[in-house]
Amino acid sequence: MAMEMRLPVARKPLSERLGRDTKKHLVVPGDTITTDTGFMRGHGTYMGEEKLIASVAGSVERVNKLICVKALKTRYIGEVGDIVVGRITEVQQKRWKVETNSRLDSVLLLSSMNLPGGELRRRSAEDELAMRGFLQEGDLISAEVQAVFSDGAVSLHTRSLKYGKDVDLSCPARTRHGFAPSSTHLLTYPEAHISQLGQGVLVQVSPSLVKRQKTHFHDLPCGASVILGNNGFIWIYPTPEHKEEEAGGFIANLEPVSLADREVISRLRNCIISLVTQRMMLYDTSILYCYEASLPHQIKDILKPEIMEEIVMETRQRLLEQEG
Amino acid sequence: MAGLELLSDQGYRVDGRRAGELRKIQARMGVFAQADGSAYIEQGNTKALAVVYGPHEGMGQGWTQGSQLKGARGRHMQDRERKTGGFVLEIRGSRARALPDRALVNCQYSSATFSTGERKRRPHGDRKSCEMGLQLRQTFEAAILTQLHPRSQIDIYVQVLQADGGTYAACVNAATLAVLDAGIPMRDFVCACSAGFVDGTALADLSHVEEAAGGPQLALALLPASGQIALLEMDARLHEDHLERVLEAAAQAARDVHTLLDRVVRQHVREASILLGD
Repeated sequence: MAMEMRLPVARKPLSERLGRDTKKHLVVPGDTITTDTGFMRGHGTYMGEEKLIASVAGSVERVNKLICVKALKTRYIGEVGDIVVGRITEVQQKRWKVETNSRLDSVLLLSSMNLPGGELRRRSAEDELAMRGFLQEGDLISAEVQAVFSDGAVSLHTRSLKYGKDVDLSCPARTRHGFAPSSTHLLTYPEAHISQLGQGVLVQVSPSLVKRQKTHFHDLPCGASVILGNNGFIWIYPTPEHKEEEAGGFIANLEPVSLADREVISRLRNCIISLVTQRMMLYDTSILYCYEASLPHQIKDILKPEIMEEIVMETRQRLLEQEG
Repeated sequence: MAGLELLSDQGYRVDGRRAGELRKIQARMGVFAQADGSAYIEQGNTKALAVVYGPHEGMGQGWTQGSQLKGARGRHMQDRERKTGGFVLEIRGSRARALPDRALVNCQYSSATFSTGERKRRPHGDRKSCEMGLQLRQTFEAAILTQLHPRSQIDIYVQVLQADGGTYAACVNAATLAVLDAGIPMRDFVCACSAGFVDGTALADLSHVEEAAGGPQLALALLPASGQIALLEMDARLHEDHLERVLEAAAQAARDVHTLLDRVVRQHVREASILLGD
C-alpha cells in the first residue's frame, strides 16, 4: 500500500502573492467608527458614549446615512426569496424544524409543503399524523425562504415543484425499510421534472462565500448539477437524463450512480472545498473554471495545499480575463 | 522550591523578564475550518485552543456525548466530536433553558492530560474545570452582545494543551479571538492577564514557577477600550495597600495583550478581505 508523507512547510500567505491591498475600511470590535451622530447604525455596530462603535471584525459599509459592519463570516441570515438547503432536525405538531446553518432553526410549516400528487387542499388531521411519512429527522430538503420572523428565524416553503427532498450520499445510508410504494417521495427538480436519481453530496461552506445570483440551480456541462444554497449548503447531484412531466410528489430514486458520475461529483466537491479554502466567491462560473483547471490532477490530489493554490490561482486568472 | 529567587536584585525574574514584561504571545485565528470560530494562542509556554459554535438553536433535552447518538439527532454531536478531535462534551441544555430575550452562553474548559508536568487523570468534568467554565461564562456574558440573539445558544469550548501558568488568561484571550472569528458581536475585546506580588513589586503574567511559589496571584479580564473589568479573581491573601498596584500591573499587562491581539485580528481581516476582493 502506497503511503504518502508530508512535512509542514511555511507558506507565504496568498494575499501577499496577489500583491494588492484592500481599499475597505477595516475595523475590530471596540473601534470607533465615527463620532458623528447623524448616522443611523446598522448591523455590527452599537452606540456607546455618543460614539458609533464596531461590534464585529470586518469592513465598514456605508450606504447614505446607514453605517454597518459586515463581518467576515457569520451564520446564515435569511432573506425572503433565498434558496436554502437544509436538514430536518425535528418533527413538531404542524411543522418541521430545519437546520440551515442560521442562528435559529428554520421552520417549514405543513401548509407550506406540497402534498403528493400536487393536490391543493386544506391540511387535515390525517396529514398531520402522516408528516413523518413525508419528511423525517435527517432528511435533506431544498426550499425557498418565505418569511423571516422578528427574532431572525426563517420560515421556508417548498410550494413550487422545483423544491423537495434529496437523499444525502455523504451521510451513512439512510435506508427506508418498510417503504410503502404508494407514499412515493420524489426528488423534485428544476422545471417540475422528476429526477431519476435522488442521491448526491452535500458540502457545507460559509454563507458569505455564496454569491447571490438570479438562479441557484445549475446544470454544469461537466455532467453534474449543483444547488448553491444561500445558507452555505451546497448540494451536488448527477444530472438526470430524462426530464418527464409529472404532477408533484416525492419519489427518491435510489438506483446506483455510475462511476463516471461519481467521479465528476467528487471532483466538483474537492474543487468547491479548494475555492472555499482560498476564500473565493462560489458561483457557477467559478466552480466550472476550477473544475476545468483541476482536470490534469487526480481527484484526491486536489486537496493538497500547493495544488489547491495552483488551481485556484488559475481560476482567478481566468475569471479576471473574462471580466476585463 | 527553597532558595528560588523570583525577583533578583537587578529586577530580573526567573525567566529573565522584567517585572511588568509579558511573555511572547503568538496567536492565530481560523484554525478549524469546520467550526464557526476558532483560535489558537501561545503565551510563552502556555498553549490554548478555543472553538466557538454559534449562535445556534438551543439544544433540546437528552443530548449526551456524541458517541452514543446515531442518526440525525446525533449528527451535530458526532460532527463536532469528529471535527474537534473528540474533546467536546455537550452540556445537557434544555429548550426550557433557552432565554427568550438573549442568547445563552455556554463555556467549557478542558485541559489535556499531557498539559501539566504530571499526567492529569480527568481532562474535564472535575471541579476546577467546572469553575473555570463558569468564570469564562461570566466573562463572556459581560462582553458578548447577547440581546441581539434571543433564544439561541453560543458554545465556547477551550482546551489547554500546555499549562505553564496563566491558563485562565490564555483561555480568555483565545476565546476572544475565536468569538471574533465566528462573527459574534462583542462590546470589545476581552483581554486577560495574571499578576502577582513579590518583594514589594507587582509582577505581570506569571509563569508556572512563579505561581507555584505560593504568593498572591490575581487574574484580571478587561475590556480595554472602556477600561471596564469583566472578571477579577484572586484566592490568596494580599494586603489591601498592595491591591492597587497589583491591579494596575494586571490592567497594564491586559492592555498590552490587547495591542497584540488587535494586530493579529487586523492582519487576519485584512488578508481575508484581500482574498475576497473588492
